[in-house]
Amino acid sequence: MSTSAEHVEGHMEHRDDVASRMGVWLFLFTELLLFGGMFLVFAVYKYIHYDEFHLAAKELNSSIGALNTIILLTSSLTIALSITALQQGKKMLSIYLQVLTIVFAFGFMINKYVEWSSKISHGIYPGSEELLAKTSGEILFFGLYYVMTGLHALHVIIGVILIAFMTYGTIKNTINSDKYVRLEAAGLYWHLVDVIWIFLFPLFYLIA
Amino acid sequence: MSNSTFNSATDVSYLEYQGKHKGLAGWLLSVDHKRIALLYLFSVLSFFLVGLTFGFLMRLELIAPGRTIMDPQTYNSFFTLHGIIMIFLFVVPGLPAIFGNFFLPLVLGAPDVAFPRLNLLSWYLYIIGGAVALISVFLPGGPVDTGWTFYVPYSVRTNTNVIPAMVGAFILGFSSIVTGLNFVVTIHRMRAKGMTFFRMPLFSWSLYATSWIQVLATPIIGITLIMVIFERVFKVGIFDPTLGGDPVLYQHLFWIYSHPAVYIMILPAMGVISEIIPVFSRKTIFGYKFIAFSSLGIAFFGSLVWAHHMFTSGMSTTASIIFSLLTFLVAIPSAVKVFNWVATLYKGSISLEPPMLYALAFIFLFSIGGFTGLIQGALSVDLHIHDTSFIVAHFHYVMFGGTGFGIFAGLHYWFPKMFGRKYNLKVATGAFWALFVGFNLLYFPMFIMGWLGMPRRYYDYLPEFTIYHQISTYGSWILVTAVLVMFGNFLSAIRKGEKTSEPNTWGGTTLEWETTTPPPLLNFKEAPVVTGEPYHYGDAAESAGKEAK
Repeated sequence: MSTSAEHVEGHMEHRDDVASRMGVWLFLFTELLLFGGMFLVFAVYKYIHYDEFHLAAKELNSSIGALNTIILLTSSLTIALSITALQQGKKMLSIYLQVLTIVFAFGFMINKYVEWSSKISHGIYPGSEELLAKTSGEILFFGLYYVMTGLHALHVIIGVILIAFMTYGTIKNTINSDKYVRLEAAGLYWHLVDVIWIFLFPLFYLIA
Repeated sequence: MSNSTFNSATDVSYLEYQGKHKGLAGWLLSVDHKRIALLYLFSVLSFFLVGLTFGFLMRLELIAPGRTIMDPQTYNSFFTLHGIIMIFLFVVPGLPAIFGNFFLPLVLGAPDVAFPRLNLLSWYLYIIGGAVALISVFLPGGPVDTGWTFYVPYSVRTNTNVIPAMVGAFILGFSSIVTGLNFVVTIHRMRAKGMTFFRMPLFSWSLYATSWIQVLATPIIGITLIMVIFERVFKVGIFDPTLGGDPVLYQHLFWIYSHPAVYIMILPAMGVISEIIPVFSRKTIFGYKFIAFSSLGIAFFGSLVWAHHMFTSGMSTTASIIFSLLTFLVAIPSAVKVFNWVATLYKGSISLEPPMLYALAFIFLFSIGGFTGLIQGALSVDLHIHDTSFIVAHFHYVMFGGTGFGIFAGLHYWFPKMFGRKYNLKVATGAFWALFVGFNLLYFPMFIMGWLGMPRRYYDYLPEFTIYHQISTYGSWILVTAVLVMFGNFLSAIRKGEKTSEPNTWGGTTLEWETTTPPPLLNFKEAPVVTGEPYHYGDAAESAGKEAK
């Protein structure tokens, strides 16, 4: 039999890690569907403009893409390790690993910047005369390239911000070996960013 | 038993409870699901009145052929804004965000939803989204004129403020996702002890199905709107045919969300009706499991029928036939519900209080709307009545006659519990009949003139349609008056209505009627324990029913 006072405490600090995880998974599912909509558009246009999509894909630099894949996969490893480290009470190690994840994310973004600027300097960007002179399949390919990798990059940035908050929380001890569900959530989000890239990479860079 | 000390979280109503914040901040920063529900109540109904005004003015314009009170461009903006407001700001969030928020935790015997702060966030997203969408009215360039469907290529080319409207719709979608996510987790994690899934009231079942659609379908419209925004801002080629894009693909993506969205709108209303019918006929609901599963059935089939909006858009005949067939299949779970409600009424002790009147009107109007939906689902017929006012009549019968009346039914049913006040029953009954008559006068002529070939969204029309338009406009006057009387009745009840602390206003058997009126912050003095089914009238189940320990 609990007292009402405890009820109030329970209300204000209601904690249910299973519910939190469930919420995170549902949210990730909506993210998958968000990108799913774009993959659908990509699939339809690839089907309609099969040859032109191949032609356009040849212009992408697959070594930069491969490098970014390696960077992102490694960062997924570091964030997973940081969660395990925290669960084992190794606070400093966890912080280092989180910071390392952020460093990798910056590496990814710098690579992306180099890649995009080289495309733009070649005159391939939405609305450019050079692009509009190409076939409609190529226009669509590069349109989707910018939208999909751009939105993915936005997710990378959001992920960095999230992880930065988690690092701050870990330093302040609000995230600790007993209460790490938020770090776990940020980690899951980061894996999602990774998973989406794993689909984007072959779709745009390899199938050419 | 609770201890004897006075505790404001369980002894004082949520309206009087003093938390960390006082006054207005006590509302705007409250994470109590009941206060958030009232925030939603007042904001949703305010937007409804704005949408109603646009509709009223459109009807006034159509009272006679040619120009009456506005120019064609204004008319285009009005039907667009009317649609955007009514759909994204009224019918979609209406039931889940108002009554779902207030009563889902109560009927589950829970102290709150699973994520109270996320709940408040969703209200702020709703307000921001609504504000952004309406800003387009005041910006140079003029309000959006694409229709609420934002069809490309027009939405890429028009010079009106399409972007704010789309950004607004995107933010509102986010708000809707957050609410849905919250409810799914709440239903899984927060049910009272002993409340299995099959002991949940049917309102929670309908919210469960609704929430899944919100979570699964809304992201698609989100990304679709983002792609069109990018197309407008950065000249990216995605849907614009001059850049090689396919406008029909846009329509597919749009309706992949927007058709399931009509079930987001109607399912919770069906849930409310399933609550009201047993209470006012004093009979245990007939076919509990069938009603519960038909909600999931509607959600499932409803996700597979989107292309019936596009029979004239140039799809393959095979695709059209499949979508037509699937459309007919949705009628089955919908009919299951209607038959079960009618079977519940059979030999019941029916009392025609306002909530019941609205519930019965729901069945009547929804049946008309549903049957005319089947007419349009038939491929050959649809080719003739596509984009006529027949479709306008159809979706007003299901959306307003269905969901709108469902919202009003819920309002009349739960108002005493929410505010601890009684409203004037006579005024409510009078307003109901006026609304019912006005509604049918307003929308039924649209079936006839649509059948005769009156296109929808037209500013002008041939003289032979005048009589139908006139009747329709007269109906709109009655309807608007009735709505204002109804709202006035509620407002005066909130301000000076007779106070009531009667826990069980109508003799309901679900958990929300077991707590005090209005409920305390934590909803129940003691966490309820459920030992039986939610509805039990006139049999031994009554005594074997749930009891608060």
